[in-house]
Amino acid sequence: MTIIKKIPDKLGQHALCAGCGHGIVIRLIQEVLQELGQADNQIAVVGVGCICTATSALKVDRFQAAHGRACATAEGIKRVRPNVVVYTYQGDGDAYTIGIAESLNAAYRNENITMISINNTNFGMTGGQMSWTTLPGQKTETSVNGRDCELTGLPFHFPEMVANSQGFHVAYAARGTVNDVKSINQTKRMIRNAFEAQLNGEGFSVVEVLTACPTNWHMTPQQCQERISTSVESEYPVGEFKKRG
Amino acid sequence: MAKELLKGNVAAAEAALRGGCDFFAGYPITPSTETLEYLSHRMPELGMKERFIQSENEIAAINMVMGAASAGARAMTASSGPGISLKAEGMSYAAHYSIPFVLLNVQRWGTGLGSLKSGQADYFRECKGGGHGDYHNIVYAPFNIQEMVDDMYEAWDVAEKYRVGVTMFSEAVLGQMMEAVEMPPFKKREKELDWGVDGTGTKGMKYPTGDGWDYVEFELEKYNRIIDEMQRWEFYNVEDADYIFTAVGLPARACLDVIAKLRARGEKVGMLRPKIIWPFPFLGFEELHRVNPHVKGFISVEMNDMGQMVDDVALAAKKAGFNVPVYCYPCGGGVPQVKAIIAKYQDILDGVLKEKY
Ligand SMILES: Cc1ncc(C[n+]2csc(CCOP(=O)(O)OP(=O)(O)O)c2C)c(N)n1
Ligand code: SF4
Repeated sequence: MTIIKKIPDKLGQHALCAGCGHGIVIRLIQEVLQELGQADNQIAVVGVGCICTATSALKVDRFQAAHGRACATAEGIKRVRPNVVVYTYQGDGDAYTIGIAESLNAAYRNENITMISINNTNFGMTGGQMSWTTLPGQKTETSVNGRDCELTGLPFHFPEMVANSQGFHVAYAARGTVNDVKSINQTKRMIRNAFEAQLNGEGFSVVEVLTACPTNWHMTPQQCQERISTSVESEYPVGEFKKRG
Repeated sequence: MAKELLKGNVAAAEAALRGGCDFFAGYPITPSTETLEYLSHRMPELGMKERFIQSENEIAAINMVMGAASAGARAMTASSGPGISLKAEGMSYAAHYSIPFVLLNVQRWGTGLGSLKSGQADYFRECKGGGHGDYHNIVYAPFNIQEMVDDMYEAWDVAEKYRVGVTMFSEAVLGQMMEAVEMPPFKKREKELDWGVDGTGTKGMKYPTGDGWDYVEFELEKYNRIIDEMQRWEFYNVEDADYIFTAVGLPARACLDVIAKLRARGEKVGMLRPKIIWPFPFLGFEELHRVNPHVKGFISVEMNDMGQMVDDVALAAKKAGFNVPVYCYPCGGGVPQVKAIIAKYQDILDGVLKEKY
């Protein structure tokens, strides 16, 4: 059997750190959109975070949103271009910390957009500060003795929240990882489901992806893999919280 | 077409639709809310149900507007005081990407929550930037509802011509009062935009990326063109005037009454009314100098506490060659009374009110 390495048409180069999880997710998005025949029918609304060093990897119509506001911008775009696949690509700080209002409200209104959020349990871009997704006890630049949940709140679970809270009626909510081939394939299926939901007009879809940030975790990529499959996944279970109807 | 009696905020909304507005996002705040309320039923009536969003807050609204405008809509938001403060970051982003959009600011008086009195305390914010970085919106300052309708009707043509934000500098009284107005017919953008996101990746946002000199030149070229082409003003009884009032919006209407009253007494007064306050009508002051170089002083009448436009009046007067005192009557919140303006004028003649510049 010959294995042909196919690079999606819309995938360019990025300047992310070695071992960073962002790059894999960007590639998965482009693979899925190409397979769905939507490569030339997509608008990416990118948040502010390490994705800013990788926007050149997205050779598509792009809008660099203000920090935290990607969902609002995406809604404005989608209302005007209902037949185009519109998605946000945001870090956890962007999507859930500063952007908690815009993200929850987009989900609340069940806007027909897709949110891809990258949960690396810290603010990568600004040098590894605490995020709402930081694990209890996790050391970051603003929680040097470990996150104190008494004072700072508990880890934030967006997909579960929008999938299961009364008043939300989103189309699809899931969480995956990109830790190994199996989980990458599983996450790819989730991303496909999310975009299919949008193409069918089912409403808001979100896929959160747990990724490694070797630079700010001060770990090797192998150590990151280990951390994700143990402590990160035990806080943030992988799976589909709202399946498509 | 017959004239209709309309409330300012409603007339502004209808005129926006006539001018091609096909997206609105906003959050309620007095005294601007009628615009949002009206569009919430008028846009569905025109087949644009999905193009109206009552947003969760003003931050979301301006970001929705940016998205919609980038995707090709003629997008608008409306608010007042604190709501516009929340939009400041978004307006700076819109300026950075050269996104045309329209912002209706129905001003209230004051800092913080302020009050519902009519105000013009947002002059600095609207004319000098407001968000971070170097940028300007074109700022229309209509003084009656018909003028606001006409300005609104033109707003997107101008916004798209220069790829710039347009601000309508309205105020509580102008938004709340009713006047007979004539509505223009519906129109659409004349030719397709050559930039924007449509999913194909063929056009894109088209502005110079990075922080190099090409961006600066792009900005300067745009703003210099606007400064050359968009200065607008109106003269009232200036030819023989010793003192020239400068005012916009409702205070300018009060000044018209002041002029009539003082002229009846034989006092030679007139007014230069900026119709657009950014770019400020420096050319108007130059023309005034040609028409009447004998002006003895300028009096800026403003609905704020410390005087804001007076700075631009002083600069424009100086640049035009007037070497005369510039006075200011900032009347606080609420439309100034004719007799209060006349009393200030008398104070100036009596040497009681000193010049600001
Ligand atoms: C209004 C505003 N506040 C703060 C910042 C600075 N800032 C840039 S990225 C970022 C955090 C990004 O973290 P996250 O969204 O988790 O993405 P990551 O970098 O980890 O991928 C912050 C605080 C900003 N750009 N804008
Ligand atoms: S800092 Fe972390 S999230 Fe950012 S590029 Fe590097 S590894 Fe990735």
